[in-house]
Parts: sequence; C-alpha cells; structure tokens
Amino acid sequence: MYYECIPTTCTYCGCGCSVVLQVLDGHLVGVLPGKTNPVNEGSLCIKGWTSHEFVYREKRLKNPLVKKDGVFFETGWEEALDTVAGKLKKIKEESGADSIAALASAKCTNEENYLMQKLMRAAIGTNNIDHCARL
Amino acid sequence: MEALKNKVNELLESGGIAGFLGLRNFGSEPFPFLFTRDTAAEVEKITTGAVRYPLSKILIRIAAVYPDAIFGIMCRACDERAIIELFKNTKLRSDKVITIGISCTDDLVQACKCENPQPSNLVSGEAGKKEFDRSDVQKIASMTLEQRFDFWTEQLGKCIKCYGCRNICPVCFCDVCTLEDQPLVKRGEIPPELPSFHLTRAYHMAGRCVDCGLCEEACPVDIPLRTLYRRVRESVKELLDYLPGEERDKVPPIQVLGDGLFEIRD
Ligand code: SF4
Ligand code: SF4
Ligand code: SF4
Repeated sequence: MYYECIPTTCTYCGCGCSVVLQVLDGHLVGVLPGKTNPVNEGSLCIKGWTSHEFVYREKRLKNPLVKKDGVFFETGWEEALDTVAGKLKKIKEESGADSIAALASAKCTNEENYLMQKLMRAAIGTNNIDHCARL
Repeated sequence: MEALKNKVNELLESGGIAGFLGLRNFGSEPFPFLFTRDTAAEVEKITTGAVRYPLSKILIRIAAVYPDAIFGIMCRACDERAIIELFKNTKLRSDKVITIGISCTDDLVQACKCENPQPSNLVSGEAGKKEFDRSDVQKIASMTLEQRFDFWTEQLGKCIKCYGCRNICPVCFCDVCTLEDQPLVKRGEIPPELPSFHLTRAYHMAGRCVDCGLCEEACPVDIPLRTLYRRVRESVKELLDYLPGEERDKVPPIQVLGDGLFEIRD
C-alpha cells in the first residue's frame, strides 16, 4: 500500500503549470493542480487535468517508426536517426538549406527547443525555425 | 503539530489503521501522502498550514482498492463535512475511516467564512472562531433580476470548461457525469452553454455541497462558484431542512426524493 504525490510540470504547453501526479501502488492514477506553484496557483486547463491519460494508452508511441513503401514500421533509434539525417542531408544537397524548416514544440523544454534551433541554424544552416503555435 | 505526529504514529503502531492520509512536505511544499507503517519515518514531515488538497476525494480512490482497510485522514471541518456526505452516498464506509481534526489558520477562516471551521476530534491546533458571513450571497440577492442575470452571464461567460470545479470537488463522485453528456454539453464549445452548464452542476450540488470552496480555488477564471453553490445550499436548508455535512444521522434529501433511477444501497 503506497500512495504519494509527485509534483512535476505539465507536458502540454509552454505555460509550465505545476501538476501533481498521484501514484497509487506504482500506478499513475490521476493528477491534481499544484496548489503552491505561482505559475498556475492551483488551477489547470482541461489538458492539464487530463495530462496523465496518455501514459498507459495503447496507442502511445514507444518506439520510433520509419515509413517504408507507405507503411510505418517499428524500428530502433539508430535506424530512425540515420534515416532522418540521411534524408535531411540529401535535401540540403539537392535543394539548399532553406528548403528545410522545423517546427519546435511547446511540449518540450526550453533547453530542447534551444537545441532544435541550434540544429537548424548551425547544422542545417537555415533560419526556418518556428514553433508549434504557428501551425 | 507534535500532537498530530504522535497521534498518527500511535494509530499506525497500534495497527488501528492501515494508512493515514494527510499532507507531507515534499521539499518545501505540502502534497498529499499516505503514511503507513512502512513509511512511518515520513510522519516527521507531516504538515497542516493553509494549503488544501481534496483529501477525502483521494481517500475514495485508495479505499476502492483497499475496501477492508481502515484509514485515518487529516480533516479540516470541511473535509469532515465532505466525508459525512461520502458516508451517506456509500463512497466511504464510516467503520473504515477515522477522522483526525486539524484547525484552520485564521487567514483561511477569514477567507472562507464558512459556517463551521471546527472539526470534531480536533488533534492539531486550536478550534478556529466561527466567522460565518453570507454577505457574498446577500450582495447578489440584493441586485435586481436584470442586474443579477447580467452579473452571472458575465461571470459564467468566462468559463473555459476545464472541469476543475468538478474534478477537485470532494462530493463530485459520479462514474458518469452529466457535464460530459454529449447531447447536453457540446464538445469543444467554450464557454459552455450559459447558464445551463453551471446551473446543472449547481443543482447536482444541492444536498451535497459542503461549502469547502475548493471549486472556486481551482477555477482558473475566478468565477464566484462558492457563492453560487452557497445559495443552493441555503435553498436546500430552507426547503428541505438539510445542511450537507452537518447532520450525521439525517437521511439526505436525494434518498427521500429519489426518482427511482437513483438508488442508494447500504
Ligand atoms: S471551509 Fe475554510 S474555514 Fe471552513 S473548515 Fe474548510 S478550510 Fe476551514
Ligand atoms: S464548495 Fe465547491 S468543491 Fe466544495 S463541496 Fe461545494 S461544490 Fe464541491
Ligand atoms: S473551474 Fe471555472 S472555468 Fe473550469 S469548468 Fe468550472 S467554472 Fe468553468
């Protein structure tokens, strides 16, 4: 018998609301809004309130997928990253760096988004970087 | 605080309870935690203060997994009122729950102005003075019908349909919620239909709302929900002579007035 609450940050958007994960016998059973956090002061939006629901979902992606002949196949990170890097390289060679753009994500941390723009500017060589809210 | 720690340790050691649900300092912030014999060392970090989480609602979840276990729970007066309603609605069993009362800080009492901030079985702190004040309800009641309508239309119009008021409420426990009933409440529509969304919830709180104010605290757009439900609470008292959470032995109106679809078994 073990119940505890683990404070963390909501993964949905860039606001960074504090959510409290309720864990019962090692199983994530729900969330509560962090009451003492100055960002959200005890409130959440509907996404925050349901932010735990994807964790055990059947459809959750647990491995990278690579599309071959129009069909997705599960693969390892090596192959997935090689595929992405190879294709980006090819596109850059054939059509130039500015034919590539990236959309960063509010579901990632600041640091990850920083790395994303660094990858685009320093490795690919384009300023075509924007965020998901532009979609 | 020492008295509370001693009490929890005593209950755990004697085997009187399987676990004690309270607040534990995690870093410098309090969060709900179930103290058990295995985690008795954590009792040192138990805390009260002014931060409130819906402990009684959390206990429903834990008790559902351990229906035979007896639990202790840290209770403000409003938590205790909620627990009394949960007993009556068979969400918790009175022979499986031991309430340990804690007092409310003066700030909390001043902010809440609830009917009764004094839990029974007070173990930690001194009983807070009753500061009951219904001027929030009176203020709205003194408006003309048109002003009142405008007031609520403006307030409820801010709703982003987060369902926080329902999710945090200790006495909102239905498996199927009317507020998610597709034909009634359209998906993806913000604000939800006015005023039916909020009045539906208000009516559902009739005979149940214990005036804890957690809903209003959770509302991201500061709708004065507590005032709305307080009015409903008063109506129930006036019409049916029932004050939720205050009357341990009285049969709640829903069990008397039930339409036959709503059946409560012991
Ligand atoms: S409503 Fe407020 S003052 Fe009343 S018992 Fe609860 S926390 Fe204390
Ligand atoms: S005050 Fe709000 S949260 Fe508390 S019992 Fe009433 S409706 Fe539920
Ligand atoms: S907490 Fe406030 S915003 Fe959220 S659903 Fe309730 S009334 Fe609407």
